[in-house]
Amino acid sequence: MELTTVWFTLIAVLWIGYFALEGFDFGVGMLLPVLARDEREKRVLINTIGPVWDGNEVWVLVAGGATFAAFPEWYATLFSGFYLPLLLILVGLIVRGLAFEYRHKRDDAAWRRNWDLALIIGSVVPALLWGVAFANILRGVPIEELNGHLEYTGGFFNLLNPYALLGGLMTLTLFLTHGAMYVALKTDGDIRHRARALAVRTGIGAAVIAVAFLLWTQVMTGSVASAVAFVVAALCLVGGIAAAAVGREGWAFLGTFVTIAAGVAGLFLALFPDVMPSSIDAAYSLTTTNAAATSYTLTVMTVVAVVFTPIVLAYQAWSYWVFRKRISVQHIPEETLAGSGSAA
Amino acid sequence: MARNSAADSGVVRQHDRRVDLSALDIARWQFAITTVYHFLFVPITIGLSAIVAGYQTAWVRTGQEKWLRLTKFFGKLFLINFAIGVVTGIVQEFQFGMNWSDYSRFVGDIFGAPLAVEGLLAFFLESTFLGLWIFGWDRLPKKAHLATIWLAHLGTVFSAYFILAANSFMQHPVGYEYNPETGRAELTDFFAVLTNEVQLVTFPHVLLSAYMTAAGFVVGVSVWQLVRGRRRAEASEQALYRTGAKTAAWVMLIASAGVIVSGDAQAKIMTEVQPMKMAAAEALYETEQPAGFSWLTIGSLDGTEEKFAVTTPNLLSFLATGSFDGEVEGINPLSEEYVLEYGQDTEAVSYAEDYTPIEGLTYWSFRLMMGLGFLGILASLAVLVALRGDRTVTSRRWLLVAWAVPLGPLFANSFGWIFTEVGRQPWAVFGLMTVDNAVSPTVSAGEVLTSLIVFTLLYGVLAVVELKLMFSAIAHGADDFAEPVVRDDDHDPDRPLAFAY
Repeated sequence: MELTTVWFTLIAVLWIGYFALEGFDFGVGMLLPVLARDEREKRVLINTIGPVWDGNEVWVLVAGGATFAAFPEWYATLFSGFYLPLLLILVGLIVRGLAFEYRHKRDDAAWRRNWDLALIIGSVVPALLWGVAFANILRGVPIEELNGHLEYTGGFFNLLNPYALLGGLMTLTLFLTHGAMYVALKTDGDIRHRARALAVRTGIGAAVIAVAFLLWTQVMTGSVASAVAFVVAALCLVGGIAAAAVGREGWAFLGTFVTIAAGVAGLFLALFPDVMPSSIDAAYSLTTTNAAATSYTLTVMTVVAVVFTPIVLAYQAWSYWVFRKRISVQHIPEETLAGSGSAA
Repeated sequence: MARNSAADSGVVRQHDRRVDLSALDIARWQFAITTVYHFLFVPITIGLSAIVAGYQTAWVRTGQEKWLRLTKFFGKLFLINFAIGVVTGIVQEFQFGMNWSDYSRFVGDIFGAPLAVEGLLAFFLESTFLGLWIFGWDRLPKKAHLATIWLAHLGTVFSAYFILAANSFMQHPVGYEYNPETGRAELTDFFAVLTNEVQLVTFPHVLLSAYMTAAGFVVGVSVWQLVRGRRRAEASEQALYRTGAKTAAWVMLIASAGVIVSGDAQAKIMTEVQPMKMAAAEALYETEQPAGFSWLTIGSLDGTEEKFAVTTPNLLSFLATGSFDGEVEGINPLSEEYVLEYGQDTEAVSYAEDYTPIEGLTYWSFRLMMGLGFLGILASLAVLVALRGDRTVTSRRWLLVAWAVPLGPLFANSFGWIFTEVGRQPWAVFGLMTVDNAVSPTVSAGEVLTSLIVFTLLYGVLAVVELKLMFSAIAHGADDFAEPVVRDDDHDPDRPLAFAY
């Protein structure tokens, strides 16, 4: 396999990791006003992802960094082109990240309400916009040659088209379902059952949207490989919902996890060998070849990735194992609710 | 390749950079604001993770209550600071592509690699093990839990190394070759980039400055508690914060010695690879041999000549070259030299009309960096003297010191970065690409302005929130000792978590 293909694959893996992991973080954040009936239940929800959300978010930073290193032209055109959506995503990620750490630091209802809002908006906005962004990449956007570089010339409103919005709706509902599956798996008591029931309902909605979007994608730009991945994704989603309906929470969560992984893999397979097709002329499309770094850089990066990725996966998996126990309302310590100084 | 064949197809819109000059200026402001802001939190994250790890190590080894109380107290302050450092760091990773896309294209082959490696080696380590540390008090055995904070600290050190290697490339590009066919700089030796001579002196300087800053923070908080803390009359609290102040003041002194030594080495390498920056730092307009060190220089408004100067003869020669009568090049001859070398081809990405940095800002930021650093050192010395033996501090005058010890080094960090980045101007990458040529050509002034306003307002609000939380946590003081117990889920499954958000 050519090095450029290796790196296209690795970047796909990074996005798969990001969406499969932070996807449920986003879901948990969005479920805050839906699932939690009181302050204790809110804290149960937040603490299911408390120890792991930051590690999950690093996947997107590495995906960004790897794109910069392996496909500088892609990084430059994509990030300068999708300027305002990325700005909104950044703002969402900023307020959301702080909400986890700051929300519990003061015993003040207004303070907590504001951070709840930050957490909800900071989860909804990226969950929606990542889907919009990826759909636009697949659909092709106006890219022309300016001063010898392939530049995005489409503006902001060009990104708001029915296909892209459907893509955004798909990631939003999928992450919502994924989050509900995660909560059902990681909590105990009443909230666990409510989460499971909700996952079935949102899952059906997500399945309808996902099938429509993936079919559209397949007809538009699909290959045999992407079709296989999309079928796996759809089957896993149906299987996950069915597992949730009969109370098999581990299988249900695995179902949405594989759905997201196979779905994202399918999108990258449908994209290949382009990385950012031009809607104006195929000659202006950014591809794994014309957007790539030198083979020397790719070789160095491959060595680093081969050595360190397994180590990262091992310790991240270990941290999930350490925090494997379910959380319920009686596990939420009382004392942190009183006084501004909580135990660190 | 598309980029060549399409040049004559007629659809190319010639892009005139002058039209977007304001987008360039706004992008500069955004980078300055977001980076200086981000770096207010970075040194404390790096340094305080080490100090907290040190306190926890002392607790694991001795079992003395005070060490665990210090661990938890400063651990809590560390996390308030860390959160905002993390979220503002995401912006840094994205804004090269958003605002500086031509830069990203031009050096992405080189500059992207350390950034990607930083993510893989540093960010995962830092975030995963910090999660384990925060929530792991009742989940992990004592020593395993101690290891998590050290690994998180190691993550911050790796992060510093790789991002500084990337920055050192901008100061002094090595390990690359310009490829006229692709029109970009390309990596030829990754090891050379990681062992850039600028990097080898910058990394210790920045790392030790971080230890110094965080130690100053611990000294300041401890002194405040001794003078104003609500439990200051209690013997246990006196002992606790005296320990905190003394240990941190020693860390600060040792680190600052290293900061001075590495800073001195930096000056010599800077003179060699970026003589213009050294000349601007010293307001040395003409080449001198030997050159005197400027204590105060007032130049003409156009920044080309000296009007008034107080200097110590030969000292600059010594600092810059290691010899008391070494030659130090001046701004004006260097400027002429650079115009001849880089300024002939107006189409080239290395073109600029003028190759001198903003003289006043470079000169004063250099002095503020050193002055504030030394102020911090003096304040920590004063604390050590005042706390010698069994002595303590009670006078409110010490509150001034409590502020000076952390803020001196903290703002010294800011001015150090302002100095090193402003002193490099007009270059983005020295000798290769100017900042004017680095900006995103397709991003409009309105878009950059929107993001500048959004980030500035958001960061402003966050600063208020962070300071409020920080001050209230400092005023609350250390919690009483409570022995951490590892959970036994089989026998006590409903036991509340040791820590929860």
